[in-house]
Amino acid sequence: MNCLTAPAPVERGAALEERAVLRERGQHEVFCGLTGIIWLHRKIQDAFFLVVGSRTCAHLIQSAAGVMIFAEPRFGTAIIEERDLAGLADMNAELDRAVTSLLERRPEIKILFLVGSCPSEVIKLDLSRAAARLSETCSPDVRVFSYSGSGIETTFTQGEDACLAALVPALPQEPVAAEASLMVVGALPDVVEDQFRRLFDALGVGPVGFLPPRQSGALPAVGPQTRFLLAQPFLDTTARTLEKRGASPITAPFPMGAEGTTAWLLAAAELWGVSRERFEDVTAPGRERAKRALQRHRERLAGKRVFFFPDSQLEIPLARFLARELEMELVEVGTPYLRQDHMAPELALLPPDVVVSEGQHVDKQIERCREARPDLVVCGLGLANPFEAEGITTKWSIELVFSPIHGYEQAGDLAELFARPLDRRSRLEV
Amino acid sequence: MQLTVWTYEGPPHVGAMRVATAMEGLHYVLHAPQGDTYADLLFTMIERRSKRPPVTYTTFQARDLGSDTAGLFKTAAREAYERFQPQAMIVGASCTAELLQDDPGGLARAIGLPVPVIPLELPSYQKKENWGAAETFYQLVRAFAGSAAPRPDAVSGAREPGVRPSCNILGPTALGFRHRDDVREIAALLDRLGIEVNVIAPMGATPADLVRLGEADFNVVLYPEIADVAAQWLKRTFKQPLVKTVPIGVGATRDFINEVAEVANVDPAPTLDDAPSRLPWYSRSVDSTYLTGKRVFIFGDATHALAAARVASEELGFEVAGLGTYSREFARDVRQAASSYGIEALITEDYLEVEARVAELQPELILGTQMERHIAKRLGIPCAVISAPTHVQDYPARTSPQMGFEGANVLFDTWVHPLMMGLEEHLLGMFREDFEFRDEAAPSHLGTSHKAAEIKVEAPVAVASEAAVADAGASWDPDAEQELRKIPFFVRGKARRNTERFACEQGVAVITVETLYDAKAHFGR
Repeated sequence: MNCLTAPAPVERGAALEERAVLRERGQHEVFCGLTGIIWLHRKIQDAFFLVVGSRTCAHLIQSAAGVMIFAEPRFGTAIIEERDLAGLADMNAELDRAVTSLLERRPEIKILFLVGSCPSEVIKLDLSRAAARLSETCSPDVRVFSYSGSGIETTFTQGEDACLAALVPALPQEPVAAEASLMVVGALPDVVEDQFRRLFDALGVGPVGFLPPRQSGALPAVGPQTRFLLAQPFLDTTARTLEKRGASPITAPFPMGAEGTTAWLLAAAELWGVSRERFEDVTAPGRERAKRALQRHRERLAGKRVFFFPDSQLEIPLARFLARELEMELVEVGTPYLRQDHMAPELALLPPDVVVSEGQHVDKQIERCREARPDLVVCGLGLANPFEAEGITTKWSIELVFSPIHGYEQAGDLAELFARPLDRRSRLEV
Repeated sequence: MQLTVWTYEGPPHVGAMRVATAMEGLHYVLHAPQGDTYADLLFTMIERRSKRPPVTYTTFQARDLGSDTAGLFKTAAREAYERFQPQAMIVGASCTAELLQDDPGGLARAIGLPVPVIPLELPSYQKKENWGAAETFYQLVRAFAGSAAPRPDAVSGAREPGVRPSCNILGPTALGFRHRDDVREIAALLDRLGIEVNVIAPMGATPADLVRLGEADFNVVLYPEIADVAAQWLKRTFKQPLVKTVPIGVGATRDFINEVAEVANVDPAPTLDDAPSRLPWYSRSVDSTYLTGKRVFIFGDATHALAAARVASEELGFEVAGLGTYSREFARDVRQAASSYGIEALITEDYLEVEARVAELQPELILGTQMERHIAKRLGIPCAVISAPTHVQDYPARTSPQMGFEGANVLFDTWVHPLMMGLEEHLLGMFREDFEFRDEAAPSHLGTSHKAAEIKVEAPVAVASEAAVADAGASWDPDAEQELRKIPFFVRGKARRNTERFACEQGVAVITVETLYDAKAHFGR
């Protein structure tokens, strides 16, 4: 990518029109929002996530976390039992007891999230009141927040959206005569966060804060001088909540791939009045490295047909990256839900003939996929091996959530994630 | 409310999925919200199944709660029937749907599917995975075998001469610990005894196969957690005797052969004489001397924990230092077995409680589940997995049974492998100051990556000793502390514990080098 202007939409004049979308209803083969705890509890190092739910919730998180257990995790489940439901136990008293014993065990915890689940939502257990009550008894050592990660309300990465939105009211108010500041929103791997910080520093954009921070003590300030950039495409509730506190959004494509990263950085740079020359100087090395890294993978991926099942909400930016920077052909791009306004800069960059589908009827989608015989299917863990057994190459999508994929330096790694399954298939002779 | 970090068992509907996924021609319609489909990955990823589990989830959302979740269920059930054309269906609710009280059984009846539909009542807020599997299997057996049940006045005819006796093998499911390989091993063993296998269920059975269960002469229950309830019903209904010995280990396999022979009225001698296990000889060979009295901690489901305790003590010459289970339904059996080893059983589903017990006992080997493998890693103790919950590595490509004579060979290999080899252990003891012998040194045949994962054993020992000191009031003289460090790390915890116990019993306030050696003499093997 050499162009320094915002990337030109493919669909001239149609960018602002609503894109036709295939909407489906049926079995959703996706995780619920509780799954976000798996990366959030590692990102915020002094936070603990207490799910108030059923044995199913506990089993889900541990199964999805799989082998990622190295130490006692900073999450747990308060399992609702028969006696709680039958009213034999006062559920709020029970919850207080669970929280007390937890905090005694883990004195280093500074933030506690009470995370609502399907059962706690259905029985209308008011966790926000519980959080307020516990905040009082536990302050100043521990602050208690609540959000819902239930499957009846949230899909997979929406759990992070709900978590960050819950933090927004607790962000410190920016000082009265504050200068303009930038907030990068969305959990990023520490290494990527550091890269972005160096780029913004070199551009003279800032001061820069990150939400979520690595430690609860480093919550960024917010107010009318705050401009925020979303680093992840699933944070629309957090964005709305930040706007309520006076912050204003910077609209841009998301920083996946070299093109997305350039457009994302440029949106902030323009607002800060950074000169074209300086932007060029600062971003040139990264763009150059990304270009070289992508070249290798383009040979393998160009012309290959890819089919996205809905999973993490990253599908649209990733599809845009595969189509525009690796010359892959998009068959269908499934997404669990679609906010067209929120995703507008990305949708404008998608080729016009792509089927964008929202929601899921998994059996019908599998039928469409089999019929299309794509070269690569991006799907969740429940579907991947059955597809492979049918001879269809897959990329399991959860890896895209758990790997550093943002920014220039990771563009090649991101392409490699898609190239590896094809590479592997071509090596195997048995 | 119960505060949980990790759970040994999933919810009961996952147990039902294990039964449905093991069977053919059966489909499960589960009233459940988005997210509950995570259970599919247990089968497709952990067990590497090449097919999706035969489960349809209704995926209701918050906005459906006020309107028509029942309608969603009916649509899903009808579509599932049309798409998959199963011989039969099971229907039920996951934890959230249970709260909605939509009655999946009644709804399925109302849409009049042309195949049998068995409703499942699996109380999610009381019961767990194994119970769910047992209840599902029992309901299926009752529904299908029940239709072939003899009239009360019917007398079962004696076997025709020349016809081989037959049995059913009950209990193996999807996602079981080595069920696939156990079934193969035991079916071959029964064949050597001259016994026909009538039906294996749930694994590989269709609903139509379940109808034939009553035709067998007797039942073999490999996994009581899953099949005991159904087998008891079959016993009452068809007067089928029940072989209850679980053939894990050489001794239990021999007992199993004798029990089967008696029930089937065949001669066990040829099969017993031909017993092809290498375990007895390997255990007697002098290299195994170093296994003598190794203190082992055992935790798992009741069946595997009980069997492991017997093999550990009778066939490998270990000392059972701890024994426990998360299967509360079988707590009594485990308590009884533990008392025969002179210890108290640990009955819990709290992973942290298990970890505390391991830290306190400082065993030399842990035989547990994947959870205990994590405990072992943290505490730097060798470990082998003997029971579910499992992970992907518990489904090896090779055939690797736990049961039968080959299973006993597998047990010998997998339990002995993590331990320090005999002479290596001695060298470590003799030349502790060699700069290449570090405390965290793992058995040399396990390579270096193993080492990196382990955390030094000091921390938990220190915690344990602080507690002991507080109780006993004994403190360590610096010289004694120094001497203690010369003892290889894998027995140091025990040495510290024994010395402190000795000091406490003798009323010694300060532990000196002398106390250390007095204790060694006192507790010496």
